[in-house]
Amino acid sequence: MPLIRNGAVAEDTYVTVADDAALPDGAVIVSLKRFRAERSDLLARNHALGVVLTSDQSPETLGPDLDRLSVVVLEFPKFRDGRPFSWARLLRTRLKFTGEIRARGDFLYDQIAYLKRVGVDAFELPPAITPELFARALSEMTNVYQPSADGRETISALRG
Amino acid sequence: MVQMLTANRLIDGRVLYWKEGGWVETLEDAERFTDTAAAEAALTAAKDFVARNLVVNPYLFEIKDGRPVKEREIIRAAGPSVRTDLGKQADHV
Amino acid sequence: MYRYDEFDARFVRERTEQFRFQVERRLKGELTEDQFKPLRLMNGLYLQLHAYMLRIAVPYGTLSARQFRKLAEIARKYDKGYGHFTTRQNMQFNWPALKDVPDILGELATVEMHCIQTSGNCIRNVTADHFAGAAADEIEDPRPVAELIRQWSSLHPEFSFLPRKFKIAVIAAREDRAALRYHDAAVEIVKNAEGRTGYRVWVGGGMGRTPYLGYVVGDFVEKPDLLGFLEAIMRVYNENGRRDNLFKARIKILAHSLGETEMRERVLREFKEIKAAGYLQVPEAERARIAAYFAPPEFETLTDEPLPTDGDLGRWIANNVAPHKQPGYAIATISLKPIGGVPGDINADQLDGVAQLMDDFGLTEIRASHEQNLVLPHVRQKDLPAVFARLTALGLATPNAGLITDIICCPGLDYCDLANARSIPIAQEIAKRFADLERQEDIGELKIKMSGCINACGHHHAGHIGILGVDKKGVEYYQLLLGGSAAEDASIGEIMGPGFGEHEIVDAVDRVVEAYRKLRQPGERFLDTYRRLGMEPFKNVAYGEQLHAAH
Repeated sequence: MPLIRNGAVAEDTYVTVADDAALPDGAVIVSLKRFRAERSDLLARNHALGVVLTSDQSPETLGPDLDRLSVVVLEFPKFRDGRPFSWARLLRTRLKFTGEIRARGDFLYDQIAYLKRVGVDAFELPPAITPELFARALSEMTNVYQPSADGRETISALRG
Repeated sequence: MVQMLTANRLIDGRVLYWKEGGWVETLEDAERFTDTAAAEAALTAAKDFVARNLVVNPYLFEIKDGRPVKEREIIRAAGPSVRTDLGKQADHV
Repeated sequence: MYRYDEFDARFVRERTEQFRFQVERRLKGELTEDQFKPLRLMNGLYLQLHAYMLRIAVPYGTLSARQFRKLAEIARKYDKGYGHFTTRQNMQFNWPALKDVPDILGELATVEMHCIQTSGNCIRNVTADHFAGAAADEIEDPRPVAELIRQWSSLHPEFSFLPRKFKIAVIAAREDRAALRYHDAAVEIVKNAEGRTGYRVWVGGGMGRTPYLGYVVGDFVEKPDLLGFLEAIMRVYNENGRRDNLFKARIKILAHSLGETEMRERVLREFKEIKAAGYLQVPEAERARIAAYFAPPEFETLTDEPLPTDGDLGRWIANNVAPHKQPGYAIATISLKPIGGVPGDINADQLDGVAQLMDDFGLTEIRASHEQNLVLPHVRQKDLPAVFARLTALGLATPNAGLITDIICCPGLDYCDLANARSIPIAQEIAKRFADLERQEDIGELKIKMSGCINACGHHHAGHIGILGVDKKGVEYYQLLLGGSAAEDASIGEIMGPGFGEHEIVDAVDRVVEAYRKLRQPGERFLDTYRRLGMEPFKNVAYGEQLHAAH
C-alpha cells in the first residue's frame, strides 16, 4: 500500500504496532488506548510517535500531548463516516497541529480532494487508488467556495 | 411458492427479469421458479451479472395467480399506474 | 436573478466532468454500486422503480425563461417529454439513462444549472420563500442569503459525508412560505430592537419517521457571522449525529435528545471558536455583490387598479393572485394541480409555453414553490387577463391555489423505490371529489399533503389534512393526520387512528371536510376549527359515525 506524503510517494518510516505487540525500535504508531495506557513510556522514547484516532475519537481528547506527537492517523471504518473530516479540520485550524495527519482505511478516490482540504497531508492509499489517480483527484476542481485548513483562496477572495 | 427474479440494468436502470441464464425485459417472458432451490440458484447466478457491472440489485419476488403479490412489482412490470402511456405497459400496445 | 461569473461557470463545468469520470469508473467496474451510490446521490441521481431519476437543483426555486426552455429540451431529448416539480423547489426527470446523465449535466451547465447536492448526506439545495422579492411583508429578499449558503455549501470538504441529509431554508417575511420549522436548519431574516437586520437561526426540524419542529439556536446572528454560525451547527452535527441508525441520524434527533439548552451551548461554544479564528466572516462587499443580482426588476410607475372579479378570470385572480409590494403589480401562482392530473408534473410544451409567456410579458424570472406550483413574481396587473388567457391555452390556469385540490403529493409507489403505497392516484381522486370550485372556495384554505411512505416527501405531517400511505401485508392503506401546518403557526399533525383502504380514504376525507363545514365558526379555516375542537368530532365522522347535531 503506497504512502503518499505531501503529494509524492514516500517511504513509511513508521510501524503501526498492535496493542498487544512489543514495541520495535524506531518510529511507531499506536492506538489511542495504548497511548493512554503507556503514555509516559511512549513519550520517553527517543523516537517519533503517532496515534491512531478512530472515527469516534476527537483529537481534542489528546490535550497538550498533541504537541508531542509527530503523526495523527485518522482511520475511516467506512467511507461514509465523515467524522474524520472534522477531526482533521480541528487538528489544523483549532489545535494548530503541525505534524502529519494521515488518512487510513476505507476512503475513496472521490474523497481525496476533500481530505487534502481539511488538512490531511499523508494518505495510505487503498489498493484501487494508484499514485497517478491520486494526482488526478487533486486536479478535478480548480477553485473552492469555502475556506478550510488548506489555506486556499476562496472564489469569493479571488473575485476581489 | 412461485417466484421470479428481477434486477435493474446498470446502464439505463431499466427493469429486467431472469430467464434461463440471461435477462428479458418483460415479466410475461420471465422464468417462473416453482422450486425454491432453483430460484436461489438463479439469484446466485445473477450475482455474476452484478460483478460484471451489467445489473444492480437482483432479488426474488413472489407470484400468485400469475401476478406479483406486491403492488410494487406490478407497477415495476407495467410502468406508472397514473401514466399508462409510459413504461413497459406502453411498449406492449 | 443570480448570474454565474467565470468562477461559478468553471466550477459547474468541472463538477460535470468529475461526475462523468465517476460514471465512467462505475460502468467499467472500478466503483461498486455501494461506492457509487453516495456519489451519484450527491449529484441528484437515484435509481427508482422503472429507471434512474435525476433531480435538478433549482436554488431557492428561481428560474429564467432560458432555463425553462433548456428543461423542455432535456425532457424531449433525454426523457419522456415531462418533468416533475418537487416539494423542495427542484425538478426531477424520471427516465434518464445513466450513460446520458453526464451529457445532461453538460446541457444544464450551459444555462447555469446543475444537480449538485440535490440528494446525499450533505447540505442540500437551499430553499427560500417563493414570493421572495415580491412579497409585501418581507424585510429584504432572502435569496442573496440563500445564494451565499449555496456557494459555501457546494462541495464542502468537511460536510459532504454527514450522518444524514441536511436541508436549509431561508425566509425574510412574517408569513412563512418555506416551512421553516420543518428544516434541519433555517435562517429567518429579522430586525432587532435597534432596527438592525440580522438572522434568527433555527435548528432541529424535520419530518420523516420522527417529526420535530425546529427551535431557535441563534437569537440574532450578525450578518458577517452567518456562515461561521452555520459551520458551528454543521460541526456539532457531523461530530455528534448518530451514525448507527439511519432513522436516528438527522440533526432533529440530536437536537431533541440533547435538548435546547445543551444544543445551544454546544453550537455557541463552537461558534465562539470559529469566530476567534476569524476565517469565515462574510465581508459586506461580497454580500453586496450577490445582493445586486437580486435587485428587483425596474418596476414601471403604476397604480393599483381594481382587478377583474367576473367569470373564470375573476375566479383565477381571486384564488391564484396575491398582492405585490409594488403598486400596479401582482404575484400570480400557476397551479400545477389540474383536477385529475399528477401534482407537480409539467410537460415540455408547457415549459416552452411558459417561457414564451415570460418573454412576451417581460417577466425575467419564475419560481418553483415547495407546494409544487409555479409563481410569476412580478406581473403587471393590467397583463393579468392576457396572462390568464395564455395559461388557459397551456392547460395551466387551474384556479385552485391554496384550496383543497392544491394537494402536495410525492411520486409514491408509481415511481419511487422507497414508497410503500401509491400517492398520486389518491390525490387525483380527492381532487376529482372536490372539483366543484364553489365548494372548494367555500371550504377555503385547506392544505392536503400526502406521502407514500414515512420519509414524508409529501409533507404529510404538515398538512392541515395529512395522508400517509402504508403497506399492510401487501395492501395499500392510508392513515389520516389532522392539524399539521408548515406555516408560521407550525404544528405536527396528529394521527387519527387505523388506516383507510384505497377505496375508503376519499370518503373519509370528504366526511372530515363536511364535518368542518358544519362545525366551523365564522372566519375559521379547517385548521382553526380543528385546533378549537380537537380530533374527536372528526374522528367520529371519518370512521363512519353520523355527526351529532351538537352545534
